[in-house]
Amino acid sequence: MEPYDHNPIVEMRDIEKHFGPVIALNGVSFDIRPGECHCLLGDNGAGKSTFIKTMAGVHKPTKGAIFFEGRQMSFDSPRDAMEAGIATVYQDLAMIPLMSVTRNFWMGREPIKRVGPFNFMDFKTANEVTMEEMRKMGINLRSPDQAVGTLSGGERQTVAIARAVHFGAKVLILDEPTSALGVRQTANVLSTIDKVRKTGIGIVFITHNVRHALAVGDRFTVLNRGKTLGTAQRGQITPEELQDLMAGGQEMVALEGSLGGTV
Amino acid sequence: MSSMGVAVDERIKETSKLRKALIRPELGAIVGTIAVFSFFIIFAGDSGMFNAQGVLNWSTVSAQFMIIAVGACMLMIAGEFDLSVGSMIGFAGMSIALISVTLQWPVWIAILLTFALCIAVGALNGIIVVRTGLPSFIVTLAFLFILRGFTIFFPQLIERRTIIGGISERAEGDWLAPLFGGKIGGGFFNWLADMELIGVFTRGTRMGEPIVNGIPMLIVWALGLMVVAHIVLTRTQFGNWIFAAGGDAQAARYVGVPVNRVKIQMFMFTAFCACVFATCQVMEFGSAGADRGLLKEFEAIIAVVIGGALLTGGYGSVIGAALGALIFGVVQQGLFFAGVESSLFRVFLGVILLFAVILNTYIRRIITGER
Repeated sequence: MEPYDHNPIVEMRDIEKHFGPVIALNGVSFDIRPGECHCLLGDNGAGKSTFIKTMAGVHKPTKGAIFFEGRQMSFDSPRDAMEAGIATVYQDLAMIPLMSVTRNFWMGREPIKRVGPFNFMDFKTANEVTMEEMRKMGINLRSPDQAVGTLSGGERQTVAIARAVHFGAKVLILDEPTSALGVRQTANVLSTIDKVRKTGIGIVFITHNVRHALAVGDRFTVLNRGKTLGTAQRGQITPEELQDLMAGGQEMVALEGSLGGTV
Repeated sequence: MSSMGVAVDERIKETSKLRKALIRPELGAIVGTIAVFSFFIIFAGDSGMFNAQGVLNWSTVSAQFMIIAVGACMLMIAGEFDLSVGSMIGFAGMSIALISVTLQWPVWIAILLTFALCIAVGALNGIIVVRTGLPSFIVTLAFLFILRGFTIFFPQLIERRTIIGGISERAEGDWLAPLFGGKIGGGFFNWLADMELIGVFTRGTRMGEPIVNGIPMLIVWALGLMVVAHIVLTRTQFGNWIFAAGGDAQAARYVGVPVNRVKIQMFMFTAFCACVFATCQVMEFGSAGADRGLLKEFEAIIAVVIGGALLTGGYGSVIGAALGALIFGVVQQGLFFAGVESSLFRVFLGVILLFAVILNTYIRRIITGER
């Protein structure tokens, strides 16, 4: 079954966001369906961050509407969006390196065990679930007490993704998960995205790397200067066209000429 | 979801059980404790430092350090620190004295009002820090001066002096005062004396009574606070929030941890600990002085750092901090027993602080994989 047959989980219509005199978003429409990986591409400053923060409840749109499972919604805080099922994995703020994998995994939603009048954190369950969820994502932890600081960048992203999946995310927003990673780790994160997509979760994958996007994306939306330049389905667009769209066309052609087509 | 076979990474070395047991935040403090005890057993073993009275002596001093170190430790793990602890001790003691002696109100009301006042000041510290985003160093430095100033000003204004006595008489028969100034286990020590396991006074007004006639409540408070704080920190949801708030406040907020609330509550807990210290001290001495608690904030912070906590927050151990406090107490009193000039205590503090921080930095690198 193709993802396009489903109704969107989240639909954003004509979103505008102004910060004082600055128009960060000027009419962006975007939707995400179950089981698809929708790539949001754009160069630095194109408005990607503002846009996903609007979706995640950090910003309120100046104009436009957000529909969640067909109903119009207005998120007041990231917590609201999270409770509805929109989880965001931020590039560098996903994990706390000094804390153990288990403590990070359950942070903010710790399992509780009652002993008499006291509530304790249920470390046995927490450790077991963490190990199991990580194994499903293809990472074998030495121990759940291991500090996150000992994990590689790719593994940290994976812990954050596994955490979002475990807590019932319907939409997973990944903010440049591959931008700071090496080749091997990027491949691991991309394969994690593929696994998560197959469970029916809709993924919004933010990147400015066309090759990473094409590796896993089902649809591609390009943002430029606060506007959508269009959405293409897999197979309808070539990497070169995508790259051109991102950079804004003409100037890139000139640049590419001088660089011999290596960008 | 299909679970796929996971290859074991051949580059991860098996870590031995011993190494794993050793690599913990408290290691520096454990090594220090052993070293300090060995030193004094060798050099002051026959000076009376390790008989019942001697043990009680350094235990009491250690317990004082421990009470404020526990508070400072929790706050430091939550990513903040409080330089107003010492002034708070003086302030709380003076508050009890003024309310009970000058105003002639019952001591239990004085104690409860003082606790409420101190915790409110702690909350104010916390609220200013989280609202303004200023470093807690600056905010609590301001309170160090503000509280000390008031502690000198009010008794001067009202009583024309800076030491107020007469609290012991006021505390007689009070129901709350013994919780801070009393002793427990008197019967047990009488029994020990009957069994001739500990000595008895051979002359004077207390002839026939055991030399040690109970454990001061100060020590009970120290151990109680340590155990409760350790359990809260390592075994509860709230403990996880404390680590998260200090580890990375923004990341914690993103997953819904109420970081500001946690930090404010830790400031309140630190103030509570300072107030416990002050109340025990006032009940023991029977007086309050405007200069009490001087430099205590730094001693608390040093004990916490020796205990393996990270100055920038998110990492540390209450047990470690308590051991740090024990090292303090043993050395401060031990130098006295060994007949060494007591000013060398300061030298020792500086040296052990430096060693502890270097050792702890190394251990932490191993644990967290920082390079």
